[in-house]
Amino acid sequence: MLFLGLLILLVFQLCGEVLVMALDAPVPGPVVGMVLLFFALLIFGHVPEQLRLFSEGLLKHLSLLFVPAGVGLMVHLEYLAEYWLALVLALSVSAFITLLVVAGLLRFLMRSKEGRH
Amino acid sequence: MDFWVYFSASPLLWLIVTLSVFAFSMELNRRMGGSAFLHPVLLSLSIIIIFLLLTGTSYERYFEGAQFIHFLLGPATVALAVPLVDHAERIKRMWFPLFAAALIGAGVAVVSVLLIGWLFELPHAVLMSLAPKSVTSPIAIGVAEKIGGYPSLAAGLVLVTGALGGSFAPWVFKLLGGLDDEVKGFAIGVTAHGMGTAYAFGISAKAGAFSGLAMGLTGVITAFLLPFSLEWLGFL
Repeated sequence: MLFLGLLILLVFQLCGEVLVMALDAPVPGPVVGMVLLFFALLIFGHVPEQLRLFSEGLLKHLSLLFVPAGVGLMVHLEYLAEYWLALVLALSVSAFITLLVVAGLLRFLMRSKEGRH
Repeated sequence: MDFWVYFSASPLLWLIVTLSVFAFSMELNRRMGGSAFLHPVLLSLSIIIIFLLLTGTSYERYFEGAQFIHFLLGPATVALAVPLVDHAERIKRMWFPLFAAALIGAGVAVVSVLLIGWLFELPHAVLMSLAPKSVTSPIAIGVAEKIGGYPSLAAGLVLVTGALGGSFAPWVFKLLGGLDDEVKGFAIGVTAHGMGTAYAFGISAKAGAFSGLAMGLTGVITAFLLPFSLEWLGFL
């Protein structure tokens, strides 16, 4: 009955897509589906076994699912040839700054929270 | 030759190519000790792209087969709710520091990359593909589509960010010094999504769990706030 897990995911994805269309919101439908499922599971109280099995299986092989979209880079080879330096620099500097800011800020916030107790 | 003409036009061949190249890449990566630059996804992309170019196959033709794998990104995004529910207790307890760090981190990631890209005068569609680069791919692909970037370019840039995040993390942690595993994991998760989470599990299970949480929070925050703020700023 593993397919029941898939069915739950697809139904919530559909609800997300319908909601996004109805509200004309610039948010991906599956993301809304994830939020709906999160709150549904909190209210329901536990994660049904079929859903957990299917979800964990899917997330374990998540990286495979990126391959078809990633191969689409071949359509952008001229962009990559022209802008590779700017892209690599932008991504590197941004990753470095983001790591630094998040780690520094979270340490500060957690310390001051503990300090109040 | 007729054989090739027939099978290269059927979805079956490209589905088999995708799965077998990925299996080969996973195995090669495992034997090379799991290096971030031989990431199975980056490796698979390169091999498949070279194969398609050599055989003169268009991306559209390839995607007719690969779409069956691509389709699962939707349900996989919804499935991210399951690990988030597992951490619901922790989120409730520490919600303010975690939420603030994810919100500001997501903002810093987007603004810094857009600013540098803008300095280099990148075209608008490339900037819009760069913007969601710190977010887990299924969300980034959806966001890029929504804001006028190229989903496939965005997917590639997300993967490069994942590899970079894992390589920079040890330097940054050394620079700051004396960080808890939950802080380390969370910072990697905000910066480098799922690939960062895989790296964080190498530090400790605690770092991995917090990285997964950060990935989910950052994904949701970016998915909801990025399109609205770009719209509000008049970029769309």
